[in-house]
Amino acid sequence: MKPMGITGFWCVALVLSCCLLGPALFPRDALAQETVLDHWPSERANDRAALQRGAKLFVNYCLNCHSANQMRWNRLRDIGIDEAQIRAQLIFGEQKVGDTMTVAMSPRDAKNWFGKAPPDLSVIVRARNTAEHRGTDYLYTLLRGFYRDRSTLTGWNNLVYPNIAMPNILWHRQGPRVATLTRTESEEAPSAGGKVSSTTQLVRIVSVYDADGYAQVTKTKAEHGSPGLEVAFAPSNEKAAAAFNDDVADLVAFLNWMSEPTAAARMKIGVWVMGFLLVFLLVARWLNAVFWRNIK
Amino acid sequence: MGLHKTPYRGLAGWFDSRMPSLMNAFRVHMSEYYAPKNFNFWYFFGSMALVVLVIQLLSGMFLAMHYKPDSNLAFWSVEFIMREVSGGWFIRYMHSTGASFFFIVVYLHMFRGLLYGSYRTPREVIWLVGCVIFMALMAESFFGYLLPWGQMSYWGAQVIINLFDSIPLVGPDLSTWIRGDFVIGDATLNRFFALHACVLPLVLLGLAVAHIFALHDVGSNNPDGVEIKERLGADGRPLDGIPFHPYYTVHDIYGLAFFFLAYFGIIFFAPELGGVFLEGNNFIPADPLQTPQHIAPLWYFTPYYSILRATTEGFLIWIAACAVGLGALVYFSVRDWRLRAGVAVGTAIVLALLTVPKVQLDAKLWGVILSGASAMILFAMPWLDRSPVKSMRYRPAWHRLALGAFVAAFLVLGYLGMLPPNPLRTAIAQIATAIYFGFFALMPWWSRLGEFKAVPDRVRFVAH
Repeated sequence: MKPMGITGFWCVALVLSCCLLGPALFPRDALAQETVLDHWPSERANDRAALQRGAKLFVNYCLNCHSANQMRWNRLRDIGIDEAQIRAQLIFGEQKVGDTMTVAMSPRDAKNWFGKAPPDLSVIVRARNTAEHRGTDYLYTLLRGFYRDRSTLTGWNNLVYPNIAMPNILWHRQGPRVATLTRTESEEAPSAGGKVSSTTQLVRIVSVYDADGYAQVTKTKAEHGSPGLEVAFAPSNEKAAAAFNDDVADLVAFLNWMSEPTAAARMKIGVWVMGFLLVFLLVARWLNAVFWRNIK
Repeated sequence: MGLHKTPYRGLAGWFDSRMPSLMNAFRVHMSEYYAPKNFNFWYFFGSMALVVLVIQLLSGMFLAMHYKPDSNLAFWSVEFIMREVSGGWFIRYMHSTGASFFFIVVYLHMFRGLLYGSYRTPREVIWLVGCVIFMALMAESFFGYLLPWGQMSYWGAQVIINLFDSIPLVGPDLSTWIRGDFVIGDATLNRFFALHACVLPLVLLGLAVAHIFALHDVGSNNPDGVEIKERLGADGRPLDGIPFHPYYTVHDIYGLAFFFLAYFGIIFFAPELGGVFLEGNNFIPADPLQTPQHIAPLWYFTPYYSILRATTEGFLIWIAACAVGLGALVYFSVRDWRLRAGVAVGTAIVLALLTVPKVQLDAKLWGVILSGASAMILFAMPWLDRSPVKSMRYRPAWHRLALGAFVAAFLVLGYLGMLPPNPLRTAIAQIATAIYFGFFALMPWWSRLGEFKAVPDRVRFVAH
């Protein structure tokens, strides 16, 4: 290839500079302000033991309300569970190993009971990917973000998804917890004589939800700080809570695998394809050089 | 025996003596098509676009074997292809990544045209056909994006089709006619599938052939903007031309190797490209009752989408000011009184439609007009550019800055179009919109200014 002329240089330089300037000029906006998500331990993505434990949890807990219509039982062979095990330990109903993971609950009933039909979970991790966060981190934080709250229909509330329709289905694995939500926000300052004032002041609202979901709310004036939400959980059984984090990490690993069962194979083939293309590149380069030798 | 005389032997000879037009076409378009020998990096993208077209046709054909254009089945049939069809995920990623690469390649190809004046006489027809190809490509990708029937597919199409609503008088009826229903539904999905998988591929193929025929009639431009057909050797061939085959076939294969590394790299290692090529929201089945928080088209449409959103109520007065300024400039640049009268009347009408109450069109419609115009204005390039030389190489250095500012405005608009709007972003998008249109609208004047370098007789070429 010929060296790029001054024209090309100019253009590339300009394009690059504005590519770099663009994102720097515009920081993330308010819409993206959300609960800071915990990082799902991604090393479990290809960990067979984790995937199998996740599959067990999924079948036992999720697959009663949520379906995985695109997931065939015998696809679990890919993570090392054989058909006999699937039949004996995972399929509870009349289904065959070649069937997909459907549920008996009808969407209409679900809507009556929960206000909303539970989504199918076949591709849920990919569906929760956004520009701001990964779907795995979202689900990892969501499933660990439940707290008791008497004011909701199910008696459960969630940090990541406030007023979620889903109850904390895994609660007995986690054990009871006390949640302390500290919300700092600015509100209009009260003024003397009942006049409307335009000044705002920072207030700190601390809501303590006890293990039964009764809330104790205290509101104080805050001297400093910035608007936001801080959360602290106090589990009554530390050991169970730690084991629960582990469970959820495995469950998310399974959901992640299920969202694209071919992902591991894709990467593996990809390495060979890249290798082939590098050889192709060298051959093409040589062929080009041989022909262009004649052109003076 | 009535056989045609042939210079070829063997099977080729047998064939050529019975159907000479085949080998003839090969000679005209490949082995005896003389292309300038000084093509650089920017000249890879034409043939590359053809390769991407073929990839899209083939992968699309295999997808159509398993895809179901039915609003109840479409979403899950795509997921079925991803999981159950052997190699289906590969075909699907080839197609979804190919769509984005089509636009990358075509945008670079168009940029080359702007850089070296490839739209100037005698290549206007090539450029115009190219612009029609670009329009067809945008239609093709718009129709295709509905087919996975995810939330983004559904609501993206909803936003675009609703734009037709803003057309006075016929708008609402027109958008109902396009949808085939009062909401986007099965009828819309079916017709979009027909258009995406049958009509537009044929149109694109036909136009691509016309584009190449038009090119091969007048010959390729080159980075120096020198007409190689004006310097012929004793054998009647251009002195600076070399046969396309084998020289540029091997050259383009070399370029393709880089393209394939990027393309397959994304397919195998990052097919979603962080949500830019495949959005997370589109893995949720379309739900007509639930509007997503933030709707944005895929990245290749975001510059036009940005212009659409930038056209707010408050921006109309600025557009009016620019229209008056441009009208005055044209008025004093033309001599003929009839033209002057036409310009004056035209400016007055535009001004009325922008500012006078009751006659005024609303900001949404102006947004549609501007974003449409931002793509359509490319058609006018051959007549907007008045510089005495074709190539940027021999134009004043600040012309490059003008082109660079245009490219920067395009990229900034594209970036902003992916984000939810806020007042600051809208203001920046409005400035970028002004630069975008200013580049084209003022081109008849600025392209003549400055000191031009002398164009050489022969192309500049350093042997490899």
